[in-house]
Amino acid sequence: MMETWWRALTFTLGYNTSLVTVGAMLLAAAAGMVGSFVLLRKRALVSDAISHSTLPGLALAFLVMGVWQGDGRVLPALLAGAAASAALGLWLVQRISERTRLGEDAAIGAVLSTFFAFGVVLITVIQTLSVRGQSGLTGYLVGATAGMLYSEALLIAACAVGLLLALLVWRRDLLLLCFDADFARTQGLDTGRLDLLLLLLLMAVVVIGLKVTGLILVVALTIIPPVAARFWTDQPMRMMALAALLGALSGYLGVSLSSVREGLPTGPLIVLAAFSLFLVSFLFSPRRGVLASLLAYRRLRRRVHLRQGLLALGRDEPIFDGLTLKLLQRRGHVRRDGVATPAGQAAARDAEHEERLWALYRRRYPDDALHREHAGLTPIGQVLSADAIMALEAELPPEEAR
Amino acid sequence: MPDSRLGKAVIASPLAIQGLTVSYDHRPVVHSVDFITPPGSMSAIIGPNGAGKSTLLKAALGITRRLSGEVRVFGRPLEQEMRHLAFVPQRSSIDWDFPARVIDVVGMGLYRDLRWWQFGARRLRRRAMESLARVGMEGFAERQIGQLSGGQQQRVFLARALVQEADITILDEPFAGVDAATEAAIIEVLKSLRDEGRTLLCVHHDLATVRDYFDHVLLMNVRRIAAGPVDEAFTEENLQATYGGRLSPVQLARLIESPIEVRKEEAGQ
Amino acid sequence: MSEFMMFSLVPLTIAIIISMTCALLGNFLVLRRQSLIGDAISHVALPGIVVSFLITGSLASLAMMLGAGVAALVTVVLIELIRRLGRVEGSAAMGVVFTSLFALGVLLLEWHGAGGVHLDVEHALYGNLESLIWFEGTGLAALFDPVALADLPPQLGRAAWVGLLVVAFVVVMRRPLVLASFDPDFAASLQARPALVDLLLVTLVAVAAIAAFEAVGSIIVIAMFICPAAAARLMTNRLGAQIAWSQGFAVAAAVAGYLLAGEAPRWLGFEASLSAAGMIATVAGIILLAACLFGPCRARSGSAQRG
Repeated sequence: MMETWWRALTFTLGYNTSLVTVGAMLLAAAAGMVGSFVLLRKRALVSDAISHSTLPGLALAFLVMGVWQGDGRVLPALLAGAAASAALGLWLVQRISERTRLGEDAAIGAVLSTFFAFGVVLITVIQTLSVRGQSGLTGYLVGATAGMLYSEALLIAACAVGLLLALLVWRRDLLLLCFDADFARTQGLDTGRLDLLLLLLLMAVVVIGLKVTGLILVVALTIIPPVAARFWTDQPMRMMALAALLGALSGYLGVSLSSVREGLPTGPLIVLAAFSLFLVSFLFSPRRGVLASLLAYRRLRRRVHLRQGLLALGRDEPIFDGLTLKLLQRRGHVRRDGVATPAGQAAARDAEHEERLWALYRRRYPDDALHREHAGLTPIGQVLSADAIMALEAELPPEEAR
Repeated sequence: MPDSRLGKAVIASPLAIQGLTVSYDHRPVVHSVDFITPPGSMSAIIGPNGAGKSTLLKAALGITRRLSGEVRVFGRPLEQEMRHLAFVPQRSSIDWDFPARVIDVVGMGLYRDLRWWQFGARRLRRRAMESLARVGMEGFAERQIGQLSGGQQQRVFLARALVQEADITILDEPFAGVDAATEAAIIEVLKSLRDEGRTLLCVHHDLATVRDYFDHVLLMNVRRIAAGPVDEAFTEENLQATYGGRLSPVQLARLIESPIEVRKEEAGQ
Repeated sequence: MSEFMMFSLVPLTIAIIISMTCALLGNFLVLRRQSLIGDAISHVALPGIVVSFLITGSLASLAMMLGAGVAALVTVVLIELIRRLGRVEGSAAMGVVFTSLFALGVLLLEWHGAGGVHLDVEHALYGNLESLIWFEGTGLAALFDPVALADLPPQLGRAAWVGLLVVAFVVVMRRPLVLASFDPDFAASLQARPALVDLLLVTLVAVAAIAAFEAVGSIIVIAMFICPAAAARLMTNRLGAQIAWSQGFAVAAAVAGYLLAGEAPRWLGFEASLSAAGMIATVAGIILLAACLFGPCRARSGSAQRG
C-alpha cells in the first residue's frame, strides 16, 4: 500500500494516473488563485451557489446527449451545460442581492437549493429513460478520477493552464478590485466588468473541477487553500501564490492517495488534504495562528495587569483584580495580605517613572509615538536610544503634583 | 454591600471605569482608562477617530471582552447591576429593513419587564407611547422603522432607552448623521433627564458643541488624556494632546475661548 | 381515496410539517443574514450519520439523529472557533468546515464500502419521501383505528414532535430572538444573552434539519430554510405577517410540489414519478422568484446607512 502511494507520488504509476494528477494539481492551483480574490472580495460562498447550480445543466446536457447519441457521457457537452446553468444561477444571485432587500447569503442559499433540487428532478427523469452511462452522472456529485479517460484528463489540464494564464494576466486589476473597489473606479477601471470577469473565472474553475472533486466539494478548493494561505502572509500577491501552491499540493496528495486503493474517492481526499494544510496553518502559523495569538494575548494581558498593579501600588490604591494580585505576589512585589514589599515599592517607582517618560514622549512627538509601540509597556530603553531618553529625563518636571 | 476599600466617588457613581484595557490584534485599542462618571452629570467622551471611544463603551457594558480593568455600578460589579444602564448603540450598525414598527423597537426596551407568556401588557404599551411622546415621535408608532429619516430613527432609539428608566444612559454618537432639529430635540430630552437627576454618558465628535451640551468630559486617545469638569479638562493643551497636534491654533482658540460666537459665525455662513 | 391514504397521505403530511418547521426557523436565519448555516448543517448530517453508524453499527433512527446532531454542533463550534481565533470571515469559515466534514463523510462511507447497508450519498441528498407508505391506511376509517394508526411510519411522529418543539421554541424565545437578530449589542446590554440565543437557534436548526433529513433528504431542507422565508420577507414589513406568509408559502410549495412530482409526468405521457423532494424545493424556488418580481416590499427601504 505504501509502495503504491510512493509510486503515485513519484509519477511512476502509469501515464494516465500521472496526467490526472497533474491535471488535478493545475486545477487546484487555479482554484486557489481565483479563490484568493473571491475571499478578499468577501464572497467566498458564491462558489457554492455556482457549483450547485451546475446540476440542472449537467442533467439536461446528459439528457440531450443521451437521447441523441445513446450515451450521455460526453464531457465537453456536459461541461457546456453545466456552465450555462451555472451562469444563469450566478446571474440570479447577482440580481436578487442587488435588486431586492434580500442579502447575498439568502440569494446564494435560494439559488443553490432550488437549482440543485431541479437537477435532482431531472435526474429522476433520466432514471426513467433508457440512457446508457447513468452511473457516470453520480460521479459528478462526489467526483471520480478513477475511470477518467485520457482525453478528459487532457481537457481538464488544458483548461486549467488557460485559467492560470488568464489569472496571471489580470492579477493586478483583480487585486485592485478586491482591495478597494472605489479606488479602482477612480483609476478608470470598470469594476462591474472586472467583477463579472472574476465570477466567470470562478465559474470556469468550478465547472472544470466538477469531474475531479464533484460539485459539492469543488467549493472547498476555492475556499480552503486561500484561507490557509491568509494565515502566512498579509501581502495579497504572496497570498495568491501561496494559495495556488497549497491547492496544487492538496491536489497532488489527494489524487495520489486515491490511487492507493480501488474505489477511494478523489474529491474527498483532495479536500481533506487541503483541510490538513489549513489546520496546520490555523494552529501553527507564527503570524496569525491560534497558538501564536493565544500566547501573545496572554503575554499582553499579564504585562497590562502587572503594570496596572505596580501603578496602583505606587498610588497606594487597593487592588481588587485577582490576576493582578497573583502576578504581583509571584514576583514578590506584594505580601499575601496585599501590602507592598520594599522590592515592590521600588518596582512601582520604576513603573511610574517609565509611564511619565512615555507620556512626555507622546506629548513631544505625537506622530512618532503613533508609529511606535502604542501601549508603552515595553521598557522605554528598548525602544529609544540612550540619548533620546536622557533628553526626555532632562525635560521631566521634578515631581508632578497629582 | 460594596467593598469597603472603594472610594466614595466610586460608590456614588453609576458607572465607574477603572484601568479598563481592551486589545485587538495583540494591541491595546483602549489602554488603562479610568473614568468615574459623576452622578447626575452629562459627560462626553471625546477623541479622534480610532481612539477607542466606542470600544470603551462596549467594554464598559460587557459587550466586548476586556483584557483588564473593572467596571462598577454604584460600587458593585457591573454584571449584577446592568438594569441601571440603558444603551443607545450607533445607528449605522443596524439593518433598518428589519420588519419591525417603531412601537416594536421601543418595546424592546421593556425586555426585562416582560415574561414570555405575556403578549403585550397595556400598561407597558402606555409606557412605550409615553417615551415616544417625549421624543416627539408618538405619531409614528405604527410606522416601519426603515421608512423613517435618520434623525427620526435616532429619536426612536432614544425612546427605547427612555422606556428603560435607567439611572445612566449611555449613548454612542447620538448626533451622527441627524438633522439640526433632531439634534436640538435630543439634547432637550437629555437635559431634561439630567434635571431629573439621571446621568448621561455620550460619545461625541463635534468639538464645537461640547461646552454647550456637556458638563464633564473624558478626553482619550487609546489612553486617558484628561477628565473632569469641562472648564478644567477641555483645555487647549489637553485637546492638542488628544488629537496629536492636528488641530490648528485658530481652531483651538475658537473652541476654547468663545464657543457661542463660533456657532454664530457658522450659522451665518 | 384509499390509494391516496396509503401512498400519499403520510408523505404529504410529513412534507408539509417539515416545510413549515424549516420555514419558521428560516425567518430568523434570513433576518440575521445567516441563511447559509442551514446549508452547512444539512451537509454535515452525512458525516454525522456515517460516524454514528461506524460506532454503533446500526442504522436505528435514534443513533442516526444523535450522530447528525453531534456533527451539527461540532460544525457550529468549529466555524465559531475559526472565525474568532483565526479571524477568518464568517462565510469562508463556514465553507472550510462544512466541505471538509462532508468530504470526511463521503470518504468514510466509501472506505468502509458500506456494502449491503442502505446508506448512500444520493439517499442523503434526495431523501425517500415516496417510500413512506401507510399500509394500513385503507380508508378514512383508518384515521380513527388505533391499530392502523400504530402502523404509521415513525418518521411522521418524529417530524410532528420536532415541529412542536420548534414552535414552542419560537413562542417562548420570541423576544430574545428578535432582539438578538435586530440589535445584538443592545441585546447584550440588556443581558438577553445574544450568543446563547444564537447557539439555541442553530441547535434547533440542526434538530429540524436532521428530522427532515431522515424523511426528505437535505436539499429540501436547505430550500425550505431559505425560500419561503425570503419570499415572505418581500411581501410585508411586519414580522408576524412575514411568519404567516412564510408558513403559507411552505404549505403551498409542499402540496404543489408533491402533486406535481406525482402527476406531471402523467400529463406528459410518462408512467413514472419524479423526485417529490426535488419538486417541492423547486416550487419553493419558483415562489421566491415570483416574490422577487412582484412582491410589494421587495425593494430596500430608503435607509440612509447601509454597508
